[in-house]
Amino acid sequence: MKTGAKILIEGLQREGVKTIFGYPGGVVLPIYDELYHSSLQHILVRHEQAAAHAADGFARASGRVGVCLATSGPGACNLVTGIATAYMDSVPIVALTGQVPTSLLGNDAFQESDITGITMPITKHNYLVKRTEDVGRIVREAFFIARTGRPGPVLIDLPKDVSTREIDFEYPETAAVSLRGYQPTFRGHPRQIEKAMELLLEAERPLLYVGGGVITSEAAGELCQFAESLMIPVTTTLMGLGAIPCDHPLNLGMLGMHGTRYANYAVTESDLLIAIGVRFDDRVTGKLDTFASQAKIIHIDIDPAEIGKNKRVDVPIVGDAKSVLQEMLARVRKKKDYEKWMARIRGWKEKYPLRYPKDGSLRPQFVIEELSALLKGEGIIVSEVGQNQMWTAQYYCFRHPRTWITSGGLGTMGYGFPAAMGAHFARPDQVIFDIAGDGSFQMNIQELGTVSHYRIPVKVAILNNRFLGMVRQWQELFYDRRYSFTELPPVDFVKIANAYGIDGIKVEDPGEVRSALKSAIETDGPFVLDFRIEREENVFPMVPAGAAINEMIGGQCE
Amino acid sequence: MKPHTLSVLVENKPGVLSRVTGLFSRRGFNIESLAVGVCEEPGMSRITIVCIGDDAQIEQVMKQLNKLIDVIKVSDLTENDRVERELALIKVNAEPGSSRAEVMQLASIFRAQIIDVGSRSVVLSVAGDTKKIDALEKLLRQYGVKELVRTGTIAILRGSKTVRSTK
Repeated sequence: MKTGAKILIEGLQREGVKTIFGYPGGVVLPIYDELYHSSLQHILVRHEQAAAHAADGFARASGRVGVCLATSGPGACNLVTGIATAYMDSVPIVALTGQVPTSLLGNDAFQESDITGITMPITKHNYLVKRTEDVGRIVREAFFIARTGRPGPVLIDLPKDVSTREIDFEYPETAAVSLRGYQPTFRGHPRQIEKAMELLLEAERPLLYVGGGVITSEAAGELCQFAESLMIPVTTTLMGLGAIPCDHPLNLGMLGMHGTRYANYAVTESDLLIAIGVRFDDRVTGKLDTFASQAKIIHIDIDPAEIGKNKRVDVPIVGDAKSVLQEMLARVRKKKDYEKWMARIRGWKEKYPLRYPKDGSLRPQFVIEELSALLKGEGIIVSEVGQNQMWTAQYYCFRHPRTWITSGGLGTMGYGFPAAMGAHFARPDQVIFDIAGDGSFQMNIQELGTVSHYRIPVKVAILNNRFLGMVRQWQELFYDRRYSFTELPPVDFVKIANAYGIDGIKVEDPGEVRSALKSAIETDGPFVLDFRIEREENVFPMVPAGAAINEMIGGQCE
Repeated sequence: MKPHTLSVLVENKPGVLSRVTGLFSRRGFNIESLAVGVCEEPGMSRITIVCIGDDAQIEQVMKQLNKLIDVIKVSDLTENDRVERELALIKVNAEPGSSRAEVMQLASIFRAQIIDVGSRSVVLSVAGDTKKIDALEKLLRQYGVKELVRTGTIAILRGSKTVRSTK
């Protein structure tokens, strides 16, 4: 005889789960009692939101499913932002929540909330388990759904009596899951792939536009091979950074609102856009009508609903990015010379490099460049959201997939610190930095308790400008410098870190940046760096909201 | 922009209707009518949805519906030869005498049935496509429609073609 809780824990272990992030409470007591006897590692966070982000960071760094656990009502509701973050960026997590006993469901019982109702729009699928007999099957289905197709979060809501009841149950040895309503297309249609290859031979100015889907499907190798074999330039979205090494001659860096000028110019002049694992997000496209308006578009994505959603597509290919790229590579016969196009791009690269003022004051871009130089583009870099995120995306030299972890779609401030904790459990061998702003860091600053508790070696680099910087930047540029509620009073972050038993350094001089970063890297365990940066530094170049992406402001040659 | 009739085969599970309708509301698609019931396949239900949109919108609706795990199949019947029906129950004033006779005559023309007779009103049951029911309702209005209950449209393909789970 096994309780529902035991079946759950056994199910997690069968799925290969070693670490879960959670916070206990009333109705999950049976599950926590089971954890007490289990070999599963449980990390006690200081707020449930952090459990969801940590599971997400774990998943992004490893490619495996991350797991978080919370109690009913407030515990479950605190997961919501984390689940929505994972949903927007297609990250496989399984969120486990306790629920009031089935006899009390719908009664407005103590700590009851309809979490399956609440999370319906932000999960790939969710379950309210009504019978202990279903726990085993549902755990397997949940992991299957989370990690296959276009990955995403799945929530399982477990009423207390379902966890407590004992039944006779053994997991079947064969782990095949069959769902008649869920059969993701994995292989691209051969005729469509053939058509794509034909378009490549007709094109004069092709461009690969690559996103998170390439990272998710582990297709970075195939992507680089494909780009190199045909000599096609590559631009990546925020989520696609790391798919191609930053200093690869074919790489144009990030496109979109804070992309490089040369990437945006290339999109605008391209006559064939090969979009892979992207979704034509508004932060990428700017004004849709003018985005790649001279180009035919090939769109490869595992989610058919993304194809044609925002932009009309000439050759849709539904399939896994890796599989489709392999098929395309196998069909490379003739090669076309795109040298004229590459020369034009090289010209833009020389004329419009990313740049920032070098006047002796402490600039955030410099901090990122120094970190990139020190780590040689290795390590795992996590960010918060806002200016800190954009500067990191622009100035850190990413070389490998799954080394850049950021909340792209939802743009969740407070994401980075807990996600960095999760990333550590996925890749304990890696140096892990959370690049933060003073605003974002204070959204989940309580996790200093967690990193201190478990000595999780997350290094937090706060680009401290005592502003909610990105909002302030918009106020400066578009609201006549009316800084409405964006200025923050000074905080001594080192003192706060010290209070948790964590070392930290305040840095005010550019000359101290490198040694401070070195101390953080060389210290075992967590570390907090408080960089007092130029307060009103902006992220440039920038495409104003609603403008075409080649109409960029700032960052140009003087 | 024209009405499309979608036939959606779903798992007969709790919450499935709210998954489907929630998707419509959060993505800004409008439902004109909706009808749900069990169908020939055990464990499944069929939802018939009439919604208005341009081709791109309808394509997006269908793709998003297909992404729901509990949705087994989505078919757009609009371009196919099909039969559509809805059912209405109409309680109409019918004082004994000439007006009652006229109401009964209208019912007979529309092949509606009188399923309840009260001292001052009758209840009509009428099945047909939207236009037929609209027409009857309009004609009955002069007598005083006290209450009108309508189902959503249901639809089926003509001939031997079917909308089944097997692809």
